[in-house]
This record gives sequence, C-alpha cells and structure tokens, in this order.
Amino acid sequence: MKARALQNKAAIVGIGCTEFSRNSGRSEYQLALEAAVAACADAGISPHEIDCITLSSYQSETVDEAELINGLGIKNLSFLGSVGHGGGAPCAVVGHAALAVATGMANYALCLRALNSRSEFRYGQFDKERNKGEVEAPIPWFYAFLHPYGSFTPAHWAAFWARRHMHEFGTKPEHFGAIAVAARKHAARNPNARFYKQPITMDDYLGCRMVADPIRLFDCCLETDGACAVIVTSAERAKDLRHPPSYIRAMAQGTGGSGLFPITAFNRERLTGMEETIRMADFLFEMADLRREDIDVAELYDHFGPLVLLSIEDLGFCKRGEGGAFVEGGRIELGGELPINTHGGLVAEAYIHGFNHIVEGVRQTRGTSTAQVEGAQHVLVTSADGVPTSGLILSRS
Amino acid sequence: MTSPTDVTFPSEHKVQRPRPKLERDSRGYWEALRKHQLVIQRCLECKAFRHHPRPMCPECHSLQFEWAPVSGRGTVYSYSVITQSLHPYWTDKIPYNVVLVELEEGIRIVSSLVDCPNESIHIGMPVSVVFEDVSEEISLPMFKPLRPE
Repeated sequence: MKARALQNKAAIVGIGCTEFSRNSGRSEYQLALEAAVAACADAGISPHEIDCITLSSYQSETVDEAELINGLGIKNLSFLGSVGHGGGAPCAVVGHAALAVATGMANYALCLRALNSRSEFRYGQFDKERNKGEVEAPIPWFYAFLHPYGSFTPAHWAAFWARRHMHEFGTKPEHFGAIAVAARKHAARNPNARFYKQPITMDDYLGCRMVADPIRLFDCCLETDGACAVIVTSAERAKDLRHPPSYIRAMAQGTGGSGLFPITAFNRERLTGMEETIRMADFLFEMADLRREDIDVAELYDHFGPLVLLSIEDLGFCKRGEGGAFVEGGRIELGGELPINTHGGLVAEAYIHGFNHIVEGVRQTRGTSTAQVEGAQHVLVTSADGVPTSGLILSRS
Repeated sequence: MTSPTDVTFPSEHKVQRPRPKLERDSRGYWEALRKHQLVIQRCLECKAFRHHPRPMCPECHSLQFEWAPVSGRGTVYSYSVITQSLHPYWTDKIPYNVVLVELEEGIRIVSSLVDCPNESIHIGMPVSVVFEDVSEEISLPMFKPLRPE
C-alpha cells in the first residue's frame, strides 16, 4: 500500500488560537504571529526552531512566509509551500507538513490561517476586491456567468445543492436544522466560540430568516476575525514534547472527476453529493486502514450546515439520500453515535477557514475538548469541498 | 448598520446590473447573445458540449470548437430565492430568484426567471429563453415559464 507510508509517522504537537471576534482590532499579520507563538508555547518549542511553513493560498490571504520569517525571527526554512483553494486546503496544509517532517525534510512545521473575515474582507458580501473596488466594473472569469443574476456568494451556490437534495430524497428543513442545533449545542459549552452559551431550538432554526432559500441564517458560517496555528513534527520527536501527540493517521486530497467551481460543477452528473469528497474519503480510509465505524468524532467543514448532510453521505457514514435520517435523534450531538463539530464548527464557533476544525480534532485526541467524546481514539477532520478538498484522520495513539 | 465593506451610492445614481467582461475564451458566447442567440460551446471533434467556456475539450483535448446554437428550451434543475441584497442593483428587487436551467442539450446554466412569481418556481418547470439587453455590448439570457403560471 503506497499510501500507508505516512501512517502515524508525524503528529500535531502544538495548537494555538487567538480569540474569535467580529473585530480583532489588529492586523491579520499580528493575529498570525500571536497564534504561531501560542502554538509553539503549547508544543514547548521556540519559534526559532521552526524550519518548515506550509500555508493555504486563496485570494484573501495576506500573511505569507516572508512575513512569518520576519515576524518570528525564523532562522532558516528547509521546506516551504502552499496549498491552494482556501477552505479546501487546511487538512492538506497539515498533511504536506507531515510529509516534510516524516521524510526528514524538516523538524518542526508551522501551519496557520489568520483572517479578519468580519472586519475587513468579507467573502459573504459582494466581492469588490475582485472588481477593483468598483461595483459596476465588468465581471471576469466564471463569475461572469453568475454575478449578472445576483448570484454572488457561496450561500447562493450551496442553495442549489441543498434544494436538489430536498427534491431527490425528501430531505426536510428539520434535517438541516438538526445540524445547526447540534453545532449551537456544542458551541454553547465552548468559551472561545462566538455562540458560547447561546444554544438554539429547532423552532429557533425554522423561524430564523432565509438568506438564499433553502439556506437560512443559522446555516451560514460566521465571518470571523481570528487565527489558528498548529505545530507538526515527526512521531519520534513528538514523544518528548509536552502534550500527548495527535498522530496523523492519514491525510488525503481529492478533486473528483468532472470539474470544479460553480458553473462547471453545476454540470456534474448529480448535485446531491461532492465527487471530490467521495474520492478523498476512499483514499483517506484506505491509508488509515480504518473503517467508518472506527471514527469516534468528526469535525466536518461546515461553511453551510446543509452541505454537512451531503458530506456525511459522501464520506460513507450512510447511503446516498439517507443523510436526513442520519442526523435525526441527536446522533450527531455529544453523546450520540457520531458527534459532529464538537467545537461548534464554522457556523457556531468561528470561521477560521477550517483550521479551527483541526485544532478541535487535536483537542479530542488529547481529551481536552469542551465537548469531549469519552475515550476518543480516531477523529476525522475535513476541509471544504466544491474546491480541491482534503481530510485528516487524527489518532490518540 | 454599515461596515467598511458596505457599498453605498448617491441616491440619484442608478446602479447597473453587473455585466460580464468580454474575455478571450468566452467572447463568442456573449457575441452570439448580443444577436439574441443562445449558444453553447461544443467540441468539433467529439461533439461534447461544455460550459463555462474553456479553450480545450476536457474529453478529447481538441482545440477546435463551435458556438453551437441551442433550442433555448429546458427545465428548472434547481433554484434559490435570495432575500438579502449584496449589490445596490438588487436593493429594491429582493426577494429575487436565481435558477439553474437544464437545457434540452443537457448543459445547465445559471439564470433568472422572468414573468414568474417566485412562489411558482419548482424543479422540473419547463422554461424557454428570452433576452435582456443590459448594454450596447451585452444581452443576458433569461428564462420564462413555457406555460403561463
């Protein structure tokens, strides 16, 4: 098995986050440095020991390796690189770092994401950046086939998938609601969550306003200011550090077979699942040599709650079309069969582009989550789909 | 409530609908539309349709293509009704619909339904193309119900 070469050869040994807010009051650069130093302190290493940086890159990133080298006083990077496509990248960013440390290319890797996605660039708004500040400038690229109709944001595009799932499988708003209720229940226990101590009922969910029918307000991720960082090292080095290592059991990427991004992806054979996640998951579980039922808790990318329902099917936890029944009856809440997004996820903790899912995955393997799954051994973490996606399985031992 | 990213305009300025940029790989699509003809890019070798426009056929890798006229008829494959305006053109138009139309030729394109109340939109609804002139250079394909709703 070619893919098993990475199994348990690297581990996440440090995690660090800033507070999550609507207005950080400081630059993305400063947020990045704060999270990086916190992750190093958690691991018990000096930032000067970092010799590898992997990042995600998309249109909205402002902090690059050069800034981190300057800010942290890093002596020398023997490995650096970026994974594209924002929300799809985080698990792969950590995975690329794992490949670097497992093969001896580097000793300590820093991976992070910092963004002022509420107080500065808001992806959920009309994208003036793309238009060079002019709302009437002609629209380039595939956006030319969307913006003229007022189809601007991922919420508008997610609606097509959610609607189609409802149409083909009888999925109900209450099923999407179960995902939002679970996320808010978990966030209510998490002091760092934007929705700490603010659980909702199903009636609250059904009563909240529509954004892009059938996507409701409580389905949407929370544009947030904040940063998350992790430190990755080899399994050998990890043994001597402060915390129990969170072993990288497997990492996989996937793109699916018939086109990415809106417009092209809308021409896939079906809109009720994401090919890239199906391919990624098959590779990930093969690499991990685990079955779906071995997963104790899942931190699934949830830019929009209804797409988590698709992910549950795409990842193989139930059959196509049965996601609605799967999320009922508290199965995805703490104490259920497969707790999902125990930190609150992007919809209730914060939108740190999915890096916060990785941090929560580490907490679960350490036993330190605010919604801890008793004895969690294997944690599945995913990044966004609809773009090149990625996933991790983190293990306690 | 305003934030630094909110888009504001003097009230006398009437903001236009966003227009596509005429780019090298998609110019033929928009040029046909200006003549009120809906076309879809089609490979001349293997005859596969593709959308959005790209220089090469992803099936057979031919660079030879045509802008093939299509019937303009199709059905609603999915849709959304958007209740929040993110652009000044839609400020007085919410709620507005965005639909994914599956053309008879099998290609799906994003558009909007006109002459149709949002409440009447449903998946499978037969529709046909109409053209809205938005500038000297640009006409957009819109769709209306094939049967009056």
